[in-house]
Amino acid sequence: MKISEKVKSQSVDPASREILQLAADQEIETVWNRLEKQQPQCGFGELGLCCRICAMGPCRIDPFGEGAQKGACGATADTIVARHLVRMIAGGAAAHSDHGRRPALLLKEIAEGHNQDYTIKDPKKLKAIAGRLGLNTENRDIKELALEVATIALNDFGKQDENTLAFVKAYAPKKRLARWQKIADDLSALSEKTIGILPRGIDREIVDIMHRTHFGVDHGPLSLIAQGVRAAIGDGWGGSLIATELQDVIFGTPKIREATANLGVLDKEQVNIVVHGHEPVLSEKIVELAATEKMQELARAQGAKGVNVVGMCCTGNEILMRHGVPIAGNELQQELAIITGAVELMSVDVQCIFPALAELSQCFHTHFVATSDQAAFPGSIHIQFEEDKANLCAERIVTMAVKNFINRKPERVQIPAFTSQAMVGFSVEAILEALGGTPEPLLDAIKSGAIKGVVGIVGCNNPKVTHDYYHIELAKALIAKDILVIGSGCWAIAAAKAGLMQVETAKDAGPGLQQVCEALKIPPCLHMGSCVDCSRMLVLAGALADTLGVDIDDLPLVGSAPEWLTEKAISIGTFFVASGVSVHLWPMPPIAGGAQVTEILTETAEEVFGGAFFVEEDPLKAAEKMAEIIAGKRLALGL
Amino acid sequence: MKELLIRAERCLGCRSCELACAVEHSTGKSLLSAINEKPQPQYRVHVTSDGNSSLPLQCRNCEDAPCLTACLAGALHRDARGVVLCNSDLCIGCWMCLMVCPFGIISQNHNERRIVKCDRCPDREIPACVTACPSGALVYREINQESREKRQQVLKKLQTPSAK
Ligand code: SF4
Ligand code: SF4
Ligand code: SF4
Repeated sequence: MKISEKVKSQSVDPASREILQLAADQEIETVWNRLEKQQPQCGFGELGLCCRICAMGPCRIDPFGEGAQKGACGATADTIVARHLVRMIAGGAAAHSDHGRRPALLLKEIAEGHNQDYTIKDPKKLKAIAGRLGLNTENRDIKELALEVATIALNDFGKQDENTLAFVKAYAPKKRLARWQKIADDLSALSEKTIGILPRGIDREIVDIMHRTHFGVDHGPLSLIAQGVRAAIGDGWGGSLIATELQDVIFGTPKIREATANLGVLDKEQVNIVVHGHEPVLSEKIVELAATEKMQELARAQGAKGVNVVGMCCTGNEILMRHGVPIAGNELQQELAIITGAVELMSVDVQCIFPALAELSQCFHTHFVATSDQAAFPGSIHIQFEEDKANLCAERIVTMAVKNFINRKPERVQIPAFTSQAMVGFSVEAILEALGGTPEPLLDAIKSGAIKGVVGIVGCNNPKVTHDYYHIELAKALIAKDILVIGSGCWAIAAAKAGLMQVETAKDAGPGLQQVCEALKIPPCLHMGSCVDCSRMLVLAGALADTLGVDIDDLPLVGSAPEWLTEKAISIGTFFVASGVSVHLWPMPPIAGGAQVTEILTETAEEVFGGAFFVEEDPLKAAEKMAEIIAGKRLALGL
Repeated sequence: MKELLIRAERCLGCRSCELACAVEHSTGKSLLSAINEKPQPQYRVHVTSDGNSSLPLQCRNCEDAPCLTACLAGALHRDARGVVLCNSDLCIGCWMCLMVCPFGIISQNHNERRIVKCDRCPDREIPACVTACPSGALVYREINQESREKRQQVLKKLQTPSAK
């Protein structure tokens, strides 16, 4: 198949290119076409200078100084930019944390015996969490302990006192906790206004943002950003972390395993089900049900060889990490999967799901099934998922997919013959196990300089960046500099597809990293899970800091979201920075119109938290800058 | 020759044309760099609004331009494209052109007592304001083509009742 220059500029992934070319030839619309039709995009929006908070607006600030320099209410450019930014953090923290609420509620239901469809698969992890929370774990009934942990987690969402979240206190390194308190005290003294950094309630900090960004409340860029930081900490060390930890308890903690990635995991001869979105609660069940003899038999009766469940985006990452379920692709491949003509059913829950899938699926035989009470997609089939009837719901979905097999049009099927093998499942527990039980070997490798530092790459795809290009080039450049790359979300899928998660890839790493990888039999890029699993990176950083007796910002760590698109990425970036890890972003977030906001995020943050944001369009330059940051931290540590 | 035409009924008043004009007249030619340049780049198209409708105005490059006649310093002149340009070395800031321009498109340079006006983007095939407009309120096309289309529209309007 001849691939046009235009398609080449859209994606570097060979499987995606093949389907994009097919789409172009058949004039099937994708996100790239729609983004093109959005051009030119509004410069005020790009700079963050448009405010729609009240009905006097929309107000715009003229970035060239000629027109209005204040909104109708008197809000300055920095006020408008800061309000918009922290609302993005609120959106991201809400999405992660509301996801975390679900496993917390489910764990409570299981513990109370109200839910028979799920069990506690990892009691060891439950005990570890309970131990961190300071609960007595000796000779305890597992369900009783589960109820206590779930209660503390749920309390963290909704508690009304002024104390710091129990999970934050239990997980954040001691030095960082003390630092956050001191930052709050210092900022309060400096501004003569109480400023809080430590989160009190996960939901509360998000509501607080919505309150203070309402018309006529908080206008101070620093005060607003501080609250954004507070909500983001409540996300990273709270909501996201609760999601990760309790999902591990219910579904099992990921272990290192092999898996396959890219569109080629779709099977010409089987019924293909793609599970897409973010939560593992239903997809776990779909995987389970599809594997039953009953369903496989039903599939054979329809002329298929069996049922093939594959993942997409973070729902995919969840079942990839825990069961090695193949992953069909990342965010920009959701439409492409349907265009292969080989998908009987795509089931979705929440987050990062294009509404365009509904119309697209109608051009194919694919059933597009929405399942969450929070997410409607006009044109989709809705099968309401309820945790206490999970088996039933999953069975309905799988059956619907199987029965759709006869409607597949073989002449429209084009499955790209591209897959890659990847070693996945690097939970903190799995990493420690690979290291022989303690973080010491990793610390030794860092101390000796075999590994210079660690970069965590996270986040989405964005059609403004050539699909997967930045993810892959950045990771390659880093490992060549002896920097270990860890990560989650769509980056992790991109890296898996590009073959960066194989032990053999160590040969492309610098000599030090190569040696470490070969000795431990791990790849130079580690898949740590879904977007809520960014909390795993925090926990790992915390463990390294505590073992060394330093704070996180002393460690040679950097973060990056090089193809970011969602508000969640902004929240993740903010909790990394707040935790003392500098974060690279591309594309530019909508803050450039606020000089003071930009200064706070890119300079002041460095002095306060020991980490700041930076923006860079070129992957090689970004890698250089990261290596510089790492070298600086190593020097300060005397390494 | 192509002309820059305004379809005022399509203007949303979003001021994207103004931003694009300032960026085109900056050194870095990107929005992100332009906003921090010193001296600040200036736009030469101005969106005028009365709350109900908006009108994006830039130099009409009038034939027999009153500004050209009024410019005693010889700063204003016409280039090969037929565009009226200002040689700012010669401009003495007398504001005569502003006074005689029927459209008020002459403005002041932020930093000096000299004029700033639309130069119809000499480095571009299509003026920046036209490319930036999301609703097609600014078009750059041959006059004959525009008239032809207008006549077609008239025809359509006249045909509608009998077609029913
Ligand atoms: S809050 Fe102020 S800046 Fe925002 S729309 Fe209302 S008046 Fe304009
Ligand atoms: S400056 Fe005014 S008078 Fe001179 S050509 Fe332009 S529109 Fe006509
Ligand atoms: S860009 Fe177009 S719609 Fe927006 S103000 Fe200018 S002419 Fe009007």
